[in-house]
Amino acid sequence: MPIALVDCNNFYVSCERVFNPRLEGKPVVVLSNNDGCAVARSNEAKALGVEMGQPWFQMQDLAKRHGIIALSSNYTLYGDLSARVMSILSDFSHNQEIYSIDECFLDLDGFDPNTLMDYGHKMRQTVRQSTGIPVCVGMADTKTLAKLANHCAKKGLAGSNGVCNFGSMDEQKLSTLFSGIPVGEVWGIGRRISAKLNEMGILTIQDLRSSDPEYIRQQFSVVVERTVKELNGIPCIELEDAVQPRQQIMVSRSFGNEVSQLADLSESISYYATLAAEKLRHDGSVASSLCIFVRTNPFKDDVPQYSRSMVVPLLRPTDDTLKLVHASLQGLKQVYRTGYGYKKSGVLLMGLQPKGTVQASLFDEPEDQAKSDSMMRVMDAINRKMGKGSVTVASSGVRTRWAMRREKKSPSYTTEWGELPVAF
Amino acid sequence: MNHPIPLEIYRPEIGILPVRLPLYGYKVPAGFPSPADDYIESRLSLDEHLIQHKDSTFFVRAKGNSMVGAGIFDGDILVVDKSLEPGFGDIVVAVVEGEFTVKYLARQGESVILKPANARYQDIILKDGQELQVWGVVTSTVKQFRR
Repeated sequence: MPIALVDCNNFYVSCERVFNPRLEGKPVVVLSNNDGCAVARSNEAKALGVEMGQPWFQMQDLAKRHGIIALSSNYTLYGDLSARVMSILSDFSHNQEIYSIDECFLDLDGFDPNTLMDYGHKMRQTVRQSTGIPVCVGMADTKTLAKLANHCAKKGLAGSNGVCNFGSMDEQKLSTLFSGIPVGEVWGIGRRISAKLNEMGILTIQDLRSSDPEYIRQQFSVVVERTVKELNGIPCIELEDAVQPRQQIMVSRSFGNEVSQLADLSESISYYATLAAEKLRHDGSVASSLCIFVRTNPFKDDVPQYSRSMVVPLLRPTDDTLKLVHASLQGLKQVYRTGYGYKKSGVLLMGLQPKGTVQASLFDEPEDQAKSDSMMRVMDAINRKMGKGSVTVASSGVRTRWAMRREKKSPSYTTEWGELPVAF
Repeated sequence: MNHPIPLEIYRPEIGILPVRLPLYGYKVPAGFPSPADDYIESRLSLDEHLIQHKDSTFFVRAKGNSMVGAGIFDGDILVVDKSLEPGFGDIVVAVVEGEFTVKYLARQGESVILKPANARYQDIILKDGQELQVWGVVTSTVKQFRR
């Protein structure tokens, strides 16, 4: 049963390039929250030796010398383009598993094996033209092999023009190919397992593939045994059904500057609860309880550390911003202690269920419910039209001393009317 | 998370606010159904009318007066579909020297040019080695007279 893994190339950088063609051909990195370290690199930046996860302050010299362009992460933009790419790819198969923001598996059962390479090229071409995002396609009989085929397509080790199908290669070609790739490139083989495999003399993918699965299970686990079987074309990892309903919604951020006042923390918590409530309503769900947390910076070991969370059950499952903010602030008051520099806070909504299925309780007032619903509808509509945060609860503040540092963020090209790309 | 965070269950105080209990929450609907019920259809949607391919359609703001002859004015919103194959005579958003420009896609002899719809602007003719990159095809514009 052929499976394809479609993966976007340097996804965050590619998103930025769609709307800023000047970035084409230049070394570009996208930085993590608070402009900390590199979370995406263009090929040009990789060639200059920028590592994944490298802190931005370490690259300053290199950046100056080679004109590396650093951008703050713009998750709103990446999320929108991801949804578009995934939706387009879903037309290519009856069964799609979205594996991460930039990759998905497609079930290609029933397709003529001889046409798969062309089909892969068509996927690539369609996504590229419709969204501007370049992707690579790897195809094989198991998920592990499809991942590997994708790696080979991306690195140009096999296949053609960013598409690689192991199903069209004979055993000799495959074993030659696998003999040249270190075992650590296999999906699910982390650094620790990889080191132990190397000690045992298993250096390449071909070595692992020809190992005795039984022996591997004794040495490691059933998980690694499965990997060996998958490398031999025996499917062990099922394609998971497309969209699992969300079990919880988390909104949390690190602060640009540490904050110590309850007032500042309250603003941030109110804001996160507001965002979480919007997501909740978008999903058509209600939350039965929520958890708030605050913590200091664990990387500063010379200052006093504090970290605390609290679960606040809700009397009745709700999607009302005001009720969720109120409950979050009650929780915050309980966990807040003076004398600490807080670095991060967050709100987690739990016990989600579809709004229609909520059991009525003894204390319900239907008119209140209707009033709350219509207020939330108006709030969402205004924020959609006038931009995020146009209407919000007053407790989330207007000064936002705690806001995340994102100095080099590109505009929200696809989600704010005021920030559309401009054509002359 | 790097450090385990101790969890604590917190119960809101019940009883601070008076609780009123509804005796009859809902009015029971009675009578005949509306005769219009059978004729209800969904309302017209501008999204559906203007957007043929939702995943490949983007909005771009027009700037300047180079396309006034085509009815595109400063500040108009262009509806741009990236999935369409551009043809001569189409209005396109193209990339020229790293910037977006909106023009007619036209032919001049052997070469492809970008043609403004305003006599005060010049055709954009690509120099040797420059490749014309069409970003998307403009399918409609949105012009607002009053907000």
